[in-house]
Amino acid sequence: MSHSTSNEPTGTPQPLLELRDLAITFSTSNGDVPAVRNAHLTVMPGETVAIVGESGSGKSTTALAAIGLLPGNGRVSNGSIIFDGEDITHASEKRIVELRGSSIGMVPQDPMSNLNPVWKIGFQVKETLKANGLPSGPQDVAKVLSEAGLPDAASRANQYPHEFSGGMRQRALIAIGLSCRPRLLIADEPTSALDVTVQRQILDHLDTMTEQLGTAVLLITHDLGLAAERAHKVVVMYKGQVVEAGPALELLTNPRHPYTQKLVASAPSIASRRIETAVKTGVETHERLAPNGEVTDGTDTVIEVEDLTKVYKIRGSWGKSTDFTAVDNVSFSIARGTTTAVVGESGSGKSTVAKMVLGLEGATSGSIRFDGVDITTLGRKEMFDFRRRVQPIFQDPYGSLDPMYNIYRTIEEPLRVHGVGNATSREKKVRELLDQVALPSAMMQRFPNELSGGQRQRVAIARALALDPEVVICDEAVSALDVLVQAQILNLLADLQSELGLSYLFITHDLAVVRQIADHVAVMEKGTLVEQGATNDVFDSPKTAYTQALLAAIPGAGLVLPPEVA
Amino acid sequence: MVWYIVRRFLQLIPVFLGATLLVYFLVFSLPGDATAAICGERGCTPGVVAGLREQYNLDQPFWIQYLLYLKGVLTFDLGTNFSGRPIATIIAEVFPTTAKLAVMALVIEAFFGIVFGLVAGLRKGKIFDSSVLVLSLIVIAVPIFVLGFLMQFLIGVKLQWTNPTVSGDATFTELLLPAVVLGLVSFAYVLRLTRTSIIENVNADYVRTATAKGLSRRRVVVVHVLRNSLIPVVTFLGADLGALMGGAIVTEGIFNVNGVGNTLYRAVLNGDGPMVVSIVTFLILIFCLANLLVDLLYAWLDPRIRYA
Repeated sequence: MSHSTSNEPTGTPQPLLELRDLAITFSTSNGDVPAVRNAHLTVMPGETVAIVGESGSGKSTTALAAIGLLPGNGRVSNGSIIFDGEDITHASEKRIVELRGSSIGMVPQDPMSNLNPVWKIGFQVKETLKANGLPSGPQDVAKVLSEAGLPDAASRANQYPHEFSGGMRQRALIAIGLSCRPRLLIADEPTSALDVTVQRQILDHLDTMTEQLGTAVLLITHDLGLAAERAHKVVVMYKGQVVEAGPALELLTNPRHPYTQKLVASAPSIASRRIETAVKTGVETHERLAPNGEVTDGTDTVIEVEDLTKVYKIRGSWGKSTDFTAVDNVSFSIARGTTTAVVGESGSGKSTVAKMVLGLEGATSGSIRFDGVDITTLGRKEMFDFRRRVQPIFQDPYGSLDPMYNIYRTIEEPLRVHGVGNATSREKKVRELLDQVALPSAMMQRFPNELSGGQRQRVAIARALALDPEVVICDEAVSALDVLVQAQILNLLADLQSELGLSYLFITHDLAVVRQIADHVAVMEKGTLVEQGATNDVFDSPKTAYTQALLAAIPGAGLVLPPEVA
Repeated sequence: MVWYIVRRFLQLIPVFLGATLLVYFLVFSLPGDATAAICGERGCTPGVVAGLREQYNLDQPFWIQYLLYLKGVLTFDLGTNFSGRPIATIIAEVFPTTAKLAVMALVIEAFFGIVFGLVAGLRKGKIFDSSVLVLSLIVIAVPIFVLGFLMQFLIGVKLQWTNPTVSGDATFTELLLPAVVLGLVSFAYVLRLTRTSIIENVNADYVRTATAKGLSRRRVVVVHVLRNSLIPVVTFLGADLGALMGGAIVTEGIFNVNGVGNTLYRAVLNGDGPMVVSIVTFLILIFCLANLLVDLLYAWLDPRIRYA
């Protein structure tokens, strides 16, 4: 992602990759489905081009077609792919295999699933070097890995993927993608599965490496802010078509296509940035989704967590066990009708806090008072009543709904379990709930696999609201969703809050989201609460270095937006 | 790891005790006089019956009988069967044949099952895949004795490629046909298991990444698809080895193989209590060991699994 122009040849340079009128079709049992239509795209040598779009927009499909990695039922049905002057649209399998790795590298999206779990990291790097005819001794493997920023590479090479953290795995995948010095690197959402701070480190490193090597990058992302920050050119895709393309900042400041305008309006990183700019320039902003704290008088505390500690015993060898303090003396409170966000990287203990507040996990010490009653002392029956008043919404709408239950049964189940009403009144309630989350009641007979991610999360919200809870605990409730859907869900949550007077405990790693929804922020690092306060105070004047690092890591933080965007 | 293996061996003790107790109880609590089986149609004189009762501890209460049996086992004395032959000698005689048969069947089912399953999985929905699926379903559906007699008749009697039955020597060529019959049903299961596993893994993200690295198709399939797909298959094969070592009563019967299954069958028919208990106990131990082997293999194939 070189920002220098030194390695661009003079005169009329030849594009490194050119997609002309590309159309990709998937054959399904219901006939052919076009996935991509008339896609135009040019990547010059050494240039970084970002394709932005929501899932299903065809952005990954387009990029994968360039190295012949379409799934079995997909094919290029029209147009051509030209790499370095050579038409490779219908190149032989042999030619494509030659190009892969050595000329076109790839860094895939999910570091958890893209390394083969049964082979050592070193082996997986080594076979890449070997397949492309490069020296592949242990020192070569270590060199490739340490270039990608993996510390202690020689011994790390002997470990298996499951012994690596997400960030380390992504570094290994970057090492593999760049190991054979390709001229083009396809980076498919290379960091969207990682924490913001790790994300920043990895992207910075990728920038440096590709700049040094003069590699062109085709970056695929759903985050316009990230694209604008990292790429020279941005291509926006929507429903299989390129709707807009141009220099990054120009696109951001002057989006012409309605879809791009929507993207610019709802990308959390940009929204967060916009609030920041507005605050600085003294412009009154109405971007905040959460209602103002008018309902609170400051004394009505619904949940009060005090000195909460959770210690896990980790089994060692020979029956010895060591203590691991996941949550260390954490205290915070949630005022009725407001939103408190707990932020931190993975492993900071934020989800453990959520589990303890939900009563799903016992606390080692400390107290959690709900309406003045310590829930750690509740008996079985009181706990059952407590659950009715505090409900969760979890991160993964794919995993948290029972695939064998239709939507009606999913939402009705808590009512039935708690013996609320009879069959008729329960059905009426389910209809009301679906209406509240803006789903048609015809949806009742459908099953989760027939729904999109956003629709599923709406179902999860309806289920959480079924028992008229007072507190809803959202554990990364929007992290798995596309930006646009994310904005819709956040709006929905905000509307429901002002309508029903709900209190939210929002667990997230995404500070951009926090800025849009939370009244109060508590920042956690390695089990301890390092900073808390009103959202604006924490964002405007972060006190600890950790919070500052988290804030700096929001994609797009480096963007300088003209005031009219703000 | 060592500690894990030690623990697994320690676990064998309660399994062994429970199994012997149960089998002992079942065999000896059956109605009827055990000595009647020895004396046969003509019957014995009361004096002989009393002597037999004393010899086999039949005059003792159940618990004493069981404890005496345990004592024998722990001192490596399995006692004699009702014909007076040492049981240990009999097992040592018939087990090698069964083991040979089991290993041959296992190799056949594993090799052909994995190869056919791999090809079928990679060509999902094509003609090869569909026909192999139908064939394997037929093999699973048809009872083993039908398959056994059919193949014995066709290959042994009609075509005369091999002897229809196995002699006392149990040579490799003689055992080939029964091994094929024995492995046939498991072959169908291995095939289906491999196929499903391949189909699941061939679309895995790491397979796509491996392809993107510039590896040849063959290498991607062998190194990244096949190895990962073999994990469930190996589990099945290991459990199957335990079952095969226990002898196949039907197959050994059809081909007249002098193996564990046949011996156990005769012992049950004769009401030969000590023999049945000893063989079943032996089989249980073999089965436990086979399972341990599977678990160790599993950890070797999948480094995410670590035993401590």
